[in-house]
Amino acid sequence: MQTTTTPALLYLDAVSVVFDGFRALNNLSLMIGPTEMRAIIGPNGAGKTTMMDVITGKTRPTAGQATFEGGRHDLTTLDEATIAQLGIGRKFQTPTVFEMHTVEDNLRLALKADRRTFPTLFARRSAAERERIDALLERIRLTDSRRRRAAELSHGQKQWLEIGMLLAQEPKLLLVDEPAAGMTDQETADTADLLREIARTRAVVVVEHDMVFVRDLGVKVTCLHEGTVLAEGSLDQVSANERVVEVYLGR
Amino acid sequence: MITDRLLGRSGAVFLAIVLAVAVLVPLSNLALPAGSALRVPDYMMPLLGKYLCYALLALSVDLVWGYAGILSLGHGAFFALGGYAMGMYLMRQIGARGVYGNPVLPDFMVFLNYKELPWFWQGFDHFPFAALMVLAAPGLLAFVFGWFAFRSRVTGVYLSIITQAMTYALLLAFFRNDMGFGGNNGLTDFKDILGFPVQAQGTRAALFFLSAVALAGGFLLCRAVVTSKLGKVLVAIRDAESRTRFIGYRVETYKLFVWTLSAMLAGVAGALYVPQVGIINPSEFAPASSIETVIWVAVGGRGTLAGAALGAVVVNAGKTWFTGVFPEVWLFALGLLFVLVTLLLPKGILGTAAEWWTGRRRPAVRDLDDEDGVARPVDARGAPVPAE
Repeated sequence: MQTTTTPALLYLDAVSVVFDGFRALNNLSLMIGPTEMRAIIGPNGAGKTTMMDVITGKTRPTAGQATFEGGRHDLTTLDEATIAQLGIGRKFQTPTVFEMHTVEDNLRLALKADRRTFPTLFARRSAAERERIDALLERIRLTDSRRRRAAELSHGQKQWLEIGMLLAQEPKLLLVDEPAAGMTDQETADTADLLREIARTRAVVVVEHDMVFVRDLGVKVTCLHEGTVLAEGSLDQVSANERVVEVYLGR
Repeated sequence: MITDRLLGRSGAVFLAIVLAVAVLVPLSNLALPAGSALRVPDYMMPLLGKYLCYALLALSVDLVWGYAGILSLGHGAFFALGGYAMGMYLMRQIGARGVYGNPVLPDFMVFLNYKELPWFWQGFDHFPFAALMVLAAPGLLAFVFGWFAFRSRVTGVYLSIITQAMTYALLLAFFRNDMGFGGNNGLTDFKDILGFPVQAQGTRAALFFLSAVALAGGFLLCRAVVTSKLGKVLVAIRDAESRTRFIGYRVETYKLFVWTLSAMLAGVAGALYVPQVGIINPSEFAPASSIETVIWVAVGGRGTLAGAALGAVVVNAGKTWFTGVFPEVWLFALGLLFVLVTLLLPKGILGTAAEWWTGRRRPAVRDLDDEDGVARPVDARGAPVPAE
């Protein structure tokens, strides 16, 4: 199925996660290319969040492999901070930004920089840093809110701030969990544009329930069910799949 | 510019007050004639000095609780360890002037039939070594404790409970005579510090001055930490720990850093406390003492630093007055105070005052407010933790 000319950025091979006998992931395999955008759909409990937990080091798989950058890094042995520093960014379903910090500080904390304790203690603000932050604020349309506390932002703005924080990390792979949740139609369309733009230079994996949004993205779709891949292909192909229809509409 | 960032608005006022007190109190005690109304009485100076040590302890608790969200109910252990390190030095300075006249062994060791000085008492006759241990003993305990606790990701109530267990374990250990720290009597009957008699008014004035300087220095150090980028990471950890992790910060090393630093500050506070109070015994390890410290911080204003110091002084002054007038009801008063502050002033004295102040002049202060880089005061009930 996958062309083997470009090595995979992310490679999950037969990953299983078992919690107390419950198979959250069951023999899941997935391959994401370096600048690919992929939408992951599936009913509740299909294992989408668990899959992200495995990729970001929050959950260790019971069996199987998870590697990054053509097998150079074994994700199953690294912790969250190391994986984030390798270049995997994650956006949560409910926007989690640092509410007590200003918008600007949220971005500053996320900016790619030395993350060790003492260099952070003695870190100084630089002109380059400021330029990066200015550019990011422009991109997520929060320039006017830079000095506001993140807690004061609207839901949609928080979602965008979180995406901005992801970009600030300069990741090679972005995992985005339901970016359109709770957004207005206009915001949803804007978010789709933003993600498409991001995917030109890096890989993006979007988990989404909103089919309109997925259609907007216009990318390859993977449908998960009961912890395994049910179907993969364009949205039209996937929605035509009988098993998918069955899963979504109930037997 | 740099001093602006370091001090903030209330910080400059706080520092000015502490330094003024550092000079004026000893000066008034030493220079004014005995009958003068402005003179700080002899008994009052070590009492006020004690409050300053408590203020430094409160500062250290606020650093971890107010900014990193680590609620320590065992900071008394670090305070007491610093105190014991100083106490051991003071015991060695007694020399042959003890009741039993043994030039090497402190009285309690003679009494308990010790033949020679235990190995861990070696070196404490040298002040520089004792001073190093004032930092090293609490620092090492905090480092080891934190290394295990933070790596295993123990947080919230569970962490508070094990800090409580830590100080309780030390309480029981120090009560034992064969620990070699004087059992339940602790260390007392001090004579000299650096060759000066501890009871002399001049020595007391110097100790008071040093306590105030230590408080000012501790305040500046804490401000430097919380206004740095690391300080912002700490607040990020407090408010959304796993988000911070997924951004690439190794949360446990940040906690370990601030935790160890805080323990060393508490140790310094304990070391300055002991010569002014004249005794150190295991009761300093009592879990209730550590909880009281948390109350001072909550009363003054969690996450404000200066407020924590203020709370320590206010509550302890109240305690001194109260235990003099109605000794039996002090604990009830303290409990009531905590309940009232939690209900009516959840941001503490300073947090509420700061809010009122910025509320009055909001538009004008906006930018300044941001540049001062402090964590906004959070309430004693806990910081808002966004769901995930």
